[in-house]
Amino acid sequence: MKVKMLSRNPDNYVRETKLDLQRVPRNYDPTLHPFEVPREYVRALNATKLERVFAKPFLASLDGHRDGVNCLAKHPKNLATVLSGACDGEVRIWNLTQRNCIRTIQAHEGFVRGICTRFCGTSFFTVGDDKTVKQWKMDGPGYGEEEEPLHTILGKTVYTGIDHHWKEAVFATCGQQVDIWDEQRTNPICSMTWGFDSISSVKFNPVETFLLGSCASDRNIVLYDMRQATPLKKVILDMRTNTICWNPMEAFIFTAANEDYNLYTFDMRALDTPVMVHMDHVSAVLDVDYSPTGKEFVSASFDKSIRIFPVDKSRSREVYHTKRMQHVICVKWTSDSKYIMCGSDEMNIRLWKANASEKLGVLTSREKAAKDYNQKLKEKFQHYPHIKRIARHRHLPKSIYSQIQEQRIMKEARRRKEVNRIKHSKPGSVPIVSEKKKHIVAVVK
Amino acid sequence: VGEMETAPKPGRDVPPKKDKLQTKRKKPRRYWEEETVPTTDGASPGPPCNKKNRELCPQRPKNAHILKKSRISKKPQVPKKPREWKNPESQRSLSGAQDPFPGPAPVPVGVVQKFCRIDKSRKLPRSKAKTRSRLEVAEAEEEETSIKAARSELLLAEEPGGMGARRRRSCRVLIFFFFFHSSLSQHFDLNLRQFGPYRLNYSRTGRHLAFGGRRGHVAALDWVTKKLMCEINVMEAVRDIRFLHSEALLAVAQNRWLHIYDNQGIELHCIRRCDRVTRLEFLPFHFLLATASETGFLTYLDVSVGKIVAALNARAGRLDVMSQNPYNAVIHLGHSNGTVSLWSPAMKEPLAKILCHRGGVRAVAVDSTGTYMATSGLDHQLKIFDLRGTYQPLSTRTLPHGAGHLAFSQRGLLVAGMGDVVNIWAGQGKASPPSLEQPYLTHRLSGPVHGLQFCPFEDVLGVGHSGGITSMLVPGAGEPNFDGLESNPYRSRKQRQEWEVKALLEKVPAELICLDPRALAEVDVISLEQGKKERIERLGYDPEAKAPFQPKPKQKGRSSTASLVKRKRKVMDEEHRDKVRQSLQQQQQQQQQQKEAKAKSTGARPSALDRFVC
Repeated sequence: MKVKMLSRNPDNYVRETKLDLQRVPRNYDPTLHPFEVPREYVRALNATKLERVFAKPFLASLDGHRDGVNCLAKHPKNLATVLSGACDGEVRIWNLTQRNCIRTIQAHEGFVRGICTRFCGTSFFTVGDDKTVKQWKMDGPGYGEEEEPLHTILGKTVYTGIDHHWKEAVFATCGQQVDIWDEQRTNPICSMTWGFDSISSVKFNPVETFLLGSCASDRNIVLYDMRQATPLKKVILDMRTNTICWNPMEAFIFTAANEDYNLYTFDMRALDTPVMVHMDHVSAVLDVDYSPTGKEFVSASFDKSIRIFPVDKSRSREVYHTKRMQHVICVKWTSDSKYIMCGSDEMNIRLWKANASEKLGVLTSREKAAKDYNQKLKEKFQHYPHIKRIARHRHLPKSIYSQIQEQRIMKEARRRKEVNRIKHSKPGSVPIVSEKKKHIVAVVK
Repeated sequence: VGEMETAPKPGRDVPPKKDKLQTKRKKPRRYWEEETVPTTDGASPGPPCNKKNRELCPQRPKNAHILKKSRISKKPQVPKKPREWKNPESQRSLSGAQDPFPGPAPVPVGVVQKFCRIDKSRKLPRSKAKTRSRLEVAEAEEEETSIKAARSELLLAEEPGGMGARRRRSCRVLIFFFFFHSSLSQHFDLNLRQFGPYRLNYSRTGRHLAFGGRRGHVAALDWVTKKLMCEINVMEAVRDIRFLHSEALLAVAQNRWLHIYDNQGIELHCIRRCDRVTRLEFLPFHFLLATASETGFLTYLDVSVGKIVAALNARAGRLDVMSQNPYNAVIHLGHSNGTVSLWSPAMKEPLAKILCHRGGVRAVAVDSTGTYMATSGLDHQLKIFDLRGTYQPLSTRTLPHGAGHLAFSQRGLLVAGMGDVVNIWAGQGKASPPSLEQPYLTHRLSGPVHGLQFCPFEDVLGVGHSGGITSMLVPGAGEPNFDGLESNPYRSRKQRQEWEVKALLEKVPAELICLDPRALAEVDVISLEQGKKERIERLGYDPEAKAPFQPKPKQKGRSSTASLVKRKRKVMDEEHRDKVRQSLQQQQQQQQQQKEAKAKSTGARPSALDRFVC
């Protein structure tokens, strides 16, 4: 008869010296790991709680401007450099790693309305209330030299915005009309108008670089092709659009920041229905910028907060506010997709983390593995009510909170009225209009 | 590798026309090349002629084929497939030699089954394309992980013990003669006649042993090294003893109250809310100490915060038969009316009640997979029940005196203590119930048995009896390969501390205890439908409702109004017919159910008056 007993050699399971790592034999047999799902659930719950504990998004405030910050621009080649223009005509260049101002230019009289960098990063353009377009060198003047623009173009009307082509020496300004300029000339190559109202912003498409979008104060968004002299098409919304921003990854998608507290993501091939209506702000949305991944965008609002929206979700995933931050006028997502900058009325530029609970700096491999594991768990259990409640909870200032409540009541009343109207009229006579279609007045080609 | 095929190295690559030349000038054979590799065209890399190469590849092992087939047949559009199977040409190495074992290593199908978490017999629900594709991806990932886990089975170091099949029943002297020295040290007898019958408990790692005698003797020791941790006399009757989550804490059910001691024997707590406790069970993942008392209460004490989570009145008199189901942390209580009731702290009522015996229930035990429950009763019977939904007895055996104590080992051995005799039955493997025909081992002790437990991760059975403690050897009882992160018998102090913190962090809430521990991962259909209904009510219309069919205009001249109406009519009729068919089926089913119910209610014998009712 053969009898075999289980006999382990302890030397195989205990480390030899104190300098060794501990030996950890694994056996993935499910009976040795009971309660797999409940334990994972508890881990996910803990990870979600920790995420909220570590959510400290505010990094720095850059002060120095003597009036409200009106526009921001990113350096195309250097992550640390940021340009900002203020309401008193001053342009400042900042270094984000040192968090200080490295250069100050008195660029215009009156507001600096728009600022943009050239794609090569050697110079930048500003437009101001003094009806001029100025081109500046990115590097400061040498010792003893005067701070002077490279070129100055004197226009006939006030320019309200500027954007540079992503590949060629061409830029576009807006004001009474959209002008396309060659950098070498003092007259626009072509001017395009559709309607007679002032145009507040113009943006080049980063992928299909000949396309432009602009929004005017007569409530419409107009698309242009630079290669032809006439505009392509326009969509008229309920209220005025303040800015648009193109998705850097999908050529035909852009998002418009509207006065009616909403943002609209459009597919330019089908403008009659927006792809998504993003609603969470409680006041006019003033600026919007996409993350370089094209999956999310950040919006700045008059309600003293900025919000981050996923492109395919109608509700924001994050809201940032501080006690001191006033109406946020401009916002930018940095090119490494990690930070957000916003310039506000009370003369400060603030730097935020794009992912509120992210740990900055180099992660060890174990930290990274733990982070990835937690991320996956959170994703897996995100719909469980307890976890969802914790993950969604945000503290809001009282003004925003009460505004949200108020608007919820208003919306509810409007909806109830509509439901009653449908209920008490002949079936089919009152059409059901979806939220997406409600805000579109017309599309003109 | 792909690059190599497009631009093969000039020296090696011979165009297919020069075959003859190549046969003459034989290539020097490398040591990793097999002798059977044909020299004419197989050894040279040649142009990327797929068909030839594929034919030359040795056949894949059979079960690998089966696996691949099952993958393909079940989910035709799974986007993710193991990379190795995508291009068979990649099997060639850079030197041009062919891999003698191409493709991924074979995985036995049975082992993969063990790690599989998804019930593949169930079809995927009808859902939107996006959801469906996501489900399919999840399923593919799941399959991948189970294959990986099955493959890692190869790395397990130890093999389970066992006895040859020829002569199983043998006297223990013979057995001990064969054992190694290390095994011999695992067998010992503690001769403690003075303090009466002993209850005993092994810690979760199987390293420590605690025992308490009826007359107040309590001791804990590291039984491998035989180092005594503490020894005290509590000067009171000890009913039961149990380690808490680690070996540092010890719960003792004494005559009046429940006491908690540390490993020095210092009394830490006296819990007066648990009085006259007869049996203790510790649920390690929930940090709950379940106590059954003479007063008929089942009390759950959360030992991490010291709060009583639930006190349930079993309404069945004195409770002194209790065991836990290690698979789902449900407590099984045996009652004097022959029922076994299943309890969770989330419910005031039992989850289930099983009528097991004609007399009272004397002992209950549940195996580690949570599939089988063994009970013994005053009717001298030993039964094994299936806990997977049916709760029916699988096998029954009448014992001469009936068993007073039962326990399952990690590998599914069942031990029963009958008087001073211990009987052990074994099944075919881990997942099969023990067969009660022939005992695997039998052993007679010096006194009547009072407590039984198999030591985790060792081939050892600890028996507490009136003469002391016996640690006897049972080949094939313990799980040979432990998981170092779960319970490690060889862990250091630092490792234990780290484990303790992690275990406390992922303490499962008591409300989650239910019969199916995986129920948390299922979709909550009821509240989903409730939410949908509420939404429809709120909006005043169903946003997901299917729009009525609107025929598309056809070619010019073809789409007259009459034909449009006709087409519309056709679709509507079809839908109507479907609805009628469904409602008819439902009616039929209902009628059948009613008939069955009626037949049941009237009893087995049909009455002559039945015909007048319908």
